[in-house]
Amino acid sequence: MKRIVRNTKVRDFHQARWNEPIIFELSCKGERGVLVPGSEEAIANQVGDGISRIPLSMRRNSLPNLPEINQKRVLMHYLRLSQENLGGDMNIEIGQGTCTVKYNPKVNDRIANTHKVTALHPLQDESTVQGILEVIYKTDLIMRQISGMDYFSFQPGGGSQATMTMASIVRMYHRVRGEEERRDEIITTVYSHPSDAAAPALKGYKIITIMADKNGHPDFEAFKAAVSERTAAFVVANPEDTGIFNPRVKEFTALVTKAGGLNCYDQANANGLFGIARAKEAGFDMCYFNLHKSFGTPHGCGGPGSGAVGVVKELKEFLPKPLVGFNGEEYFLDCNIKSSIGKVKAFIGTPQVVLKAYAWIMSLGAEGLYEVAKVASLNNVYMIKKLLEYDGITVPYKVDTQRIEQARYTMEKITQDTGITSGDISRRVMDFGMHIWSSHHPYYIPEPITLEPTESPSKDDLDEYIATLHHIFDEAYNNPDIIHSAPNNSVTHQVDESSFDDPKLWCPTWRVYLRKTKED
Amino acid sequence: MTMRGFKNHPYIPNSNLKTQQKMLEEVGLKSLEDLHFEIPEELKFKGEMNLPKPYGSEFELNRAIGKILNKNTSSNEYLNFLGAGCWQHYVPSICDEVNSRAEFLTGYAGEPYNDHGRFQTLFEYESLLAELVDMDVVNVPTFDWAQAAATSLRMASRITNRSEALVVGTICPDRLLIITNYCDPGVKITLINYNKKTGKMDLDDLKKKVTNNTAAIYFENPSFLGFIEDQGVEISKIAHDAGAISVVGVDPSSLGILASPTSYGADIICGDLQPLGMHMNYGGNQSGFISTRDEEKFVLEYPSRLFGVAPTIKEGEYGFGDIAYERTSFGNLREKGKEYVGTQTALLGITAGVYLSLMGPYGMFELGQNIMQKSLYAIEELSKIKGVKGSKFNSIGFKEFVVDFNDTNRTIEDINKKLLAKGIFGGKDLSNDFPELGQCALYCVTEVHLKEDIDTLINAIREIIEG
Repeated sequence: MKRIVRNTKVRDFHQARWNEPIIFELSCKGERGVLVPGSEEAIANQVGDGISRIPLSMRRNSLPNLPEINQKRVLMHYLRLSQENLGGDMNIEIGQGTCTVKYNPKVNDRIANTHKVTALHPLQDESTVQGILEVIYKTDLIMRQISGMDYFSFQPGGGSQATMTMASIVRMYHRVRGEEERRDEIITTVYSHPSDAAAPALKGYKIITIMADKNGHPDFEAFKAAVSERTAAFVVANPEDTGIFNPRVKEFTALVTKAGGLNCYDQANANGLFGIARAKEAGFDMCYFNLHKSFGTPHGCGGPGSGAVGVVKELKEFLPKPLVGFNGEEYFLDCNIKSSIGKVKAFIGTPQVVLKAYAWIMSLGAEGLYEVAKVASLNNVYMIKKLLEYDGITVPYKVDTQRIEQARYTMEKITQDTGITSGDISRRVMDFGMHIWSSHHPYYIPEPITLEPTESPSKDDLDEYIATLHHIFDEAYNNPDIIHSAPNNSVTHQVDESSFDDPKLWCPTWRVYLRKTKED
Repeated sequence: MTMRGFKNHPYIPNSNLKTQQKMLEEVGLKSLEDLHFEIPEELKFKGEMNLPKPYGSEFELNRAIGKILNKNTSSNEYLNFLGAGCWQHYVPSICDEVNSRAEFLTGYAGEPYNDHGRFQTLFEYESLLAELVDMDVVNVPTFDWAQAAATSLRMASRITNRSEALVVGTICPDRLLIITNYCDPGVKITLINYNKKTGKMDLDDLKKKVTNNTAAIYFENPSFLGFIEDQGVEISKIAHDAGAISVVGVDPSSLGILASPTSYGADIICGDLQPLGMHMNYGGNQSGFISTRDEEKFVLEYPSRLFGVAPTIKEGEYGFGDIAYERTSFGNLREKGKEYVGTQTALLGITAGVYLSLMGPYGMFELGQNIMQKSLYAIEELSKIKGVKGSKFNSIGFKEFVVDFNDTNRTIEDINKKLLAKGIFGGKDLSNDFPELGQCALYCVTEVHLKEDIDTLINAIREIIEG
């Protein structure tokens, strides 16, 4: 027979398309998905039906309107929907810049899915949870080395909650010093994550956003003018979401320190910095890491994650309680934190995520973390070089500024030439089993694309991704209709979004949909 | 010592030296050291990260961490009667099967097309929970019950343009800490007294504390101390008469048999999803929900994402997307958006949807009934022990109850220590958080407790107390 020719980098792809009904449409009266244990006869004989003991006004009058579905059909429904979700394990996940979607080792899930973790109640006697406390404590010690900070709390369940925690610490710090009223401003930068502005605003701060200078760095002169005795803190990412590292960051933090404010480091973009640069040397008083990003734990479609907050020793007294301590023999929950902000998340946060991060670190060690940072950076620099070989896509500001672990690109020229926008490209790339993300809003960089390869893809993976984007750019010039109609080979076709902002039409649940679409 | 890196690591394909060299050449660099060119020398870390040596293989990693975790004693090994915000329920196999699927587990923030599965499952979760709580709108989950309650109070504050919230006095103290921090500054939290006999809200105190600056009144069903608050109609009326919003926290596992808060006037309902198909995970699987009517004034105050259904250009196809996205901090408004949004607990929302699909109306009813009967049985049997009152309060409860040991002349600490020695995790000691109750403990009984388990507990306590 003839040799089968496979000489193209661009994949001929079609995502699963099951056209599944909404779960309520699967209901068949009388079917059961799972049986619930009943009370033993002796119990029922002794206490009766239980229900009639509830005050009449507090009894539910009718059963909840949930569907009745057999077990296999429920499973089939969800398995089909899972096939209609392009998880990080499945695709070359480069397109979710700022999100650090890297490989999540399966062994870590296995370690965390035993009853020695899943069946622990958070209020069990400390003597019965020494294992999980040991893991948390040891991860704290490791985080201290990575950042130069002195103590870590693993309570926040995500990056934004970690930023809120930092802002809470800032408020409590100034409250204790009697400067809370006067210090009412927090400074951030335009290319830091929106939560670096939004979470401090929740904590009552006026937000000052520093724009970028011509090199893409936060404008130092504007910053200098913004710092004053009203400055409570500076909250910033570095590198920022453009991938550009601010080399003068220490001058920024020094100004804030001198003015009596605190420096808070959003380390969501830490993946290219392990063993290379730390929060401490840059003059930060606190920082946080996303364990579900840089430390290889799964994103879970958006949590549970973990935003580990580290502080210098002077700020330990403000951390949420409890911390995990060690007295040389036993690990314990330390609630003795003088000016604690209290709590930000139930119990001690998401210990299963901390455990997976610990396992990830223990598979790499210091040399491995350094390798992660170097390769994440190499992959990024390679990606930029190759992508920019196409005339029409570039990186804003100076092209030869070496980006760290990610880059925000602009395809403005392609849009000007063809009318095809980055949003259009985002739909088309799905036809190749890939994903691409533009940028947070508002778009300060026109027609943005933000790509973060991480250390996970191979060179072949990178080349496939690059070839696919180039192929789509060609289409923009030569066959724009295929982009206009995209996605063509994805799960569904273009959604009619006209209802989403109209209170009369939007349908946030099935019951509302049935009501609003009822035919007369 | 300079860093050399870790070559040929299985998680890092391009740690392969040959590939590395080739890529460096293509980008015009000599070595990995030429990367990070933009970071000035003074910021470069010159020391050495003093980390433990990594395990040499997956096998060794698995074994070594397994050994650490074996120091734990789980609630599969001991009998557990702890609740207090995290509850041991049966987790149907399908829940674990679905949330272990790599497509969901490693998904994140894709678009409504390539991440159709995430959008549909979360839309279905919102819709299923909406039926359980009998409301129209449910958010993509937030962190936990406390976060959901805190956001509910902030929503109420924005809607009413007022800055005080009255909160039930029997609230879980940790939950109160979270709410207080989240609402500070902006919404002042004041506790309402409770009736020492029934545990229920002291309505006289409530009336005294309500002002024209009250944004919300918050209470719970069942309460943190287990009893059912049956004055919901009156409480909501007091709120509404004062122009405030009635916010109710619920344990959704009760809603197969207990009336939905909508029936007693709730405007915002919140609570925790953990009972709906989530393992306890040492408290790591808490997940919060918020629910309201489909009214613009409520919907536009959610900070969370709300996934909605819509047609696609192809007839017969469901599509999904974000409702009123611009209100969030991901929209153009940044810090002017509602609170903030980010990674929270989406996978647990998907799981709760699976759970409710499996349980159906009868499953939720039977679960509720089972828990009612078993907790009543435990209370009755405990009361037969000398000096023990199975329920401190004379109100009926659900799932949890305050056991009064004051007349035994023993401390909860002592009793729990002895129970532990018998392989039992006794109820939560309330003597620190609620000193007015003296030596009382909060016990939790669910469908996972068979009669023989409850009898084992009763016999153990009897032995400890009666000798």
